[in-house]
Amino acid sequence: MRVRVFVTLKPSVFDPQGTTVAEALHTLGFASVDGVRQGKYFELDIAASSPDEARQVATDAADKLLANPVIESYRVEVEAAGGSR
Amino acid sequence: MTPDVSSDAVIERHGLTREEFEKIVGMLGRQPTLTELGIFSVMWSEHCSYKSSRVHLKTLPTTGPRVLQGPGENAGAVDIGDGLAAVFKIESHNHPSFIEPYQGAATGVGGIIRDIFTMGARPIALLNSLRFGELDSPLVRRNMAGVVAGIAGYGNSIGIPTVGGEIAFDESYAGNPLVNVFCLGISKADEIIKGVASGVGNAVFYVGSKTGRDGIHGATMASAEFDEKSAEKRPAVQVGDPFMEKLLLEACLEVMKTDALVGIQDMGAAGLTCSTCEMGARGGAGVEIDVSLVPQRETGMTPYEIMLSESQERMLLVAKPGREAEVQAIFEKWDLHAVHIGTVTPDGLLRVKERGTVVAEIPNTALTDEAPLYRRPYSEPDYLREAQQLSLAELGTPAPAAEVLRRLLASPTVASKRWVYRQYDHMVRTNTLVMPGMGAGVVRIKDTTRALALSVDCNGRFVYLDPFVGAQLAVAEAARNVACAGALPIGATNCLNFGNPQKPDIMWQFVRAVEGMGAACRALDIPITGGNVSLYNETDGRGVLPTPVLGVVGLIEDASRVVRRPFQAAGDAVLLLGSSANELGGSEYLKTIHGLIRGVPPALDLQREAALQRVLVAGAAQGLFKSAHDCAEGGVAVTLAECCFGGTPGADADLPRVATGVPGFDDIATLFGESASRAVVSVAAGHEQAALQLAQGQGVPAVVIGRVGGGRVRLSAGGRAVVDEPVEALERIWDGAIGQRFERQQTVA
Amino acid sequence: MKFAVVVFPGSNCDHDAYYAVDQVLREGAGFVWHKETSLGDADAVILPGGFAHGDYLRTGAIARFSPIMADVRRFADAGGPVLGICNGFQVLLEAGLLPGAMLRNDSLHFRCEHVHVRVEHTDTPFTEACRQGQVLRMPIAHGEGNYYAEPDVVAHLERNRQVLFRYVDAAGRETADGNPNGSVANIAGLCNEARNVVGLMPHPERACELALGSADGLVMLQSAVRWFARRAPAGVAVRGASSLSA
Repeated sequence: MRVRVFVTLKPSVFDPQGTTVAEALHTLGFASVDGVRQGKYFELDIAASSPDEARQVATDAADKLLANPVIESYRVEVEAAGGSR
Repeated sequence: MTPDVSSDAVIERHGLTREEFEKIVGMLGRQPTLTELGIFSVMWSEHCSYKSSRVHLKTLPTTGPRVLQGPGENAGAVDIGDGLAAVFKIESHNHPSFIEPYQGAATGVGGIIRDIFTMGARPIALLNSLRFGELDSPLVRRNMAGVVAGIAGYGNSIGIPTVGGEIAFDESYAGNPLVNVFCLGISKADEIIKGVASGVGNAVFYVGSKTGRDGIHGATMASAEFDEKSAEKRPAVQVGDPFMEKLLLEACLEVMKTDALVGIQDMGAAGLTCSTCEMGARGGAGVEIDVSLVPQRETGMTPYEIMLSESQERMLLVAKPGREAEVQAIFEKWDLHAVHIGTVTPDGLLRVKERGTVVAEIPNTALTDEAPLYRRPYSEPDYLREAQQLSLAELGTPAPAAEVLRRLLASPTVASKRWVYRQYDHMVRTNTLVMPGMGAGVVRIKDTTRALALSVDCNGRFVYLDPFVGAQLAVAEAARNVACAGALPIGATNCLNFGNPQKPDIMWQFVRAVEGMGAACRALDIPITGGNVSLYNETDGRGVLPTPVLGVVGLIEDASRVVRRPFQAAGDAVLLLGSSANELGGSEYLKTIHGLIRGVPPALDLQREAALQRVLVAGAAQGLFKSAHDCAEGGVAVTLAECCFGGTPGADADLPRVATGVPGFDDIATLFGESASRAVVSVAAGHEQAALQLAQGQGVPAVVIGRVGGGRVRLSAGGRAVVDEPVEALERIWDGAIGQRFERQQTVA
Repeated sequence: MKFAVVVFPGSNCDHDAYYAVDQVLREGAGFVWHKETSLGDADAVILPGGFAHGDYLRTGAIARFSPIMADVRRFADAGGPVLGICNGFQVLLEAGLLPGAMLRNDSLHFRCEHVHVRVEHTDTPFTEACRQGQVLRMPIAHGEGNYYAEPDVVAHLERNRQVLFRYVDAAGRETADGNPNGSVANIAGLCNEARNVVGLMPHPERACELALGSADGLVMLQSAVRWFARRAPAGVAVRGASSLSA
């Protein structure tokens, strides 16, 4: 089962990479892009008997390793069987 | 559907000529399989076979009493005393750095590091020689930012300090950046390990990253020019993993200590193909491997792909009989798996099997020693006579010297490279005695009293205007830089970056440069222990300035006697060693102020150069010279200004007037002429006579030109004041020039 | 006195720390491989700089789970002096032995240069021989040294005197120019509540010999020796060569 984990910086944390990307986009003419936050994306292939079990495994993995709770928050998405959401 | 190997299209796609194909058929006694054609195509590529250059490289001096390993192995080695050897080489990664700057540069660093530790030496220092187009182009800035970030990303992560280098800018490099990386390692002199496969029945192991499809035909790409179709070529840039290489480095050095290896070689250009046949050829043996045993990270890889893959961070090694388990255990400790993929055989063949079926069978020597050897035609280019004409009178009234100095200090080729080197960890391993930006990088050798000074240099303008003299000047400059630090030059490596060798005028540049380089190395007694040739540095038919980079290693017997660049104390005397003439040909002045590359390069008398270097080394050893800096781009005015930077008390100097016979140009030639074999040194007050006598004893012209102090840079030409600026004002220009060009437009790394 | 230098796969400054202790400080030094479960008879522990696990995922994020870290935690909980330098500091943060986290330098570039840090408090094993307010010139070499903690955590650290080193300019003033990476409150290093675990981004082991540009870092290692001597029972000889693998 494929589970996606999106890890982002907490809103209070300054994101110089996101700011730089936004500035670069403006230079390229994307005036309507107000802001950019940069994060990380993980795809976990999990052997689980149910989407709930897969979600729990991914959540535990995020808590333990994938995200640093001091500066990051995350969300988990289980891919529906047979294709992407 | 297997393509017809003998068709023109397939042969051309493999970068081979019809004649080369027929030669292959002759050697095998049959048509090659597609896999065999692929193998030949990479081994016979310019990059791997040196087919256009080998015949000329043979004329270079490669021997000497200190030489432990000359060209022909993964790196060269010279004896540095205390039972130790300096193992070093320079290599290029030019074409990949244009296609993907970060990874191209990063994998270039990774490759040269492997070349050093595969010899059994622990890498302790990196340098790089870079060339880019003019910085007002956003594409060039993006390219440069990527290259610098890639070198930093890889070198910092693996923990080897980048202690020096050079960067120059010229329009001709815009579509063809040059990324030459130099690495130095230290090993015990009698424990240098060769890339050789021998001992019938010995096990051949593969260790490192899994093999993927990256970089296939990287070697053939490096052997071809770019054109509009280049973008369509399957991207052949490998992605580096410095963490994996760090593990590999530590594990390999640990294995080597046990003496359980017959030979080891890294998989660089042409990956598995190159390492197997080269090790076999050196050992006079055959190597048989089964590609189905090769660890793969993609599915469905064919033998062709596996043999040509240039996945990074992989090593091939041959273990002594009975020692296999021991070798594997050491790799396991580092979470690496040494996989037994083949055997050494007696038949001298590279035999590639897939699950037991033979898919390729080629004599190793056919791929190595018997690769084509070309004597490309060469002839003096039409541009040369005209370009060598320089009439100062036609340049109009020159600007005041002070303004010229400011503009030269702001020119990226001359300006401080701090924006670059502060991205490199230059202090890791706690050996760095002289940091980047101060001339030759100097690293101490722990557990000895010694240090090594390192410099990479080339002035492409000089080579363009006269390849023979220009290449000699490159050798002289690199050796002079290490001599300024107090080091005796003891070995060199070269990276020859040129355009398309199938053009007679490019080939002429190459041949003349090699001739000049050889003559200079002989005169200065500096053997060349190895190096690299990078040809086809052209885009849409336009080639780079011919750029033969020299990397020189110098030995300092007493590390406490290292001489640095900045002036030390107010009251110290400043001396100019060497003689100055009216030589603005090919100068930074001409390029930056007038946009011209014209004239003839400065004359070089190799005996005088050797004498100057002897004086520099002796002055350092005696503790007489408190500072030393050679004269290069921008002339003695730039040299003096740079000696004042870094918190010094400034200086006051009166330079002997150079007469040009052209109104207004005497000051320009005096301050900014680039005559060779010159250096600015400083000594404590009262030691002027000792310094003058030391120089005279070697027949080196020397004159006291001024004194340290005053807080300003005050220069006179023949007694007439021409520059009087506060040190900080000039330093601010010099220090900020490159950073300013980047900060305005943030480049997303 | 014996310093244990923990080596993670990808550590680079382990040899530098060892050399500084063994050759300059002239105390016992030994390497401890990350897979081992015991620090042996170490009197002090150094987590060195480098790129443990390639800094993949986050700096220090994977190293904190190494087998040896359990014993490092036990050692720290028992009051043993632990010094985390650069990557070592990052490992301590990820392991929760020090509060806060590291972000990328605000310039987005790796920075290698000498900086000045001011010693804020001298009652820790690694600052005991310093003077309050002493300015030390030491090198940094990092791409992720931008220390971050939530405002209430930072306030607590300040109140609790846990901020040990602050970036300053050459004159000792806490300025933005003197801060090489954007870290909050110019924090360059701090200690835990119990004041025995210290982490800092600058490299004191690279500043132990004048020939390398500065010897200001030596006082931090000398502090540990002094701290230890005060605690070693009278009559116990200070151990020389290490019995750990070297």
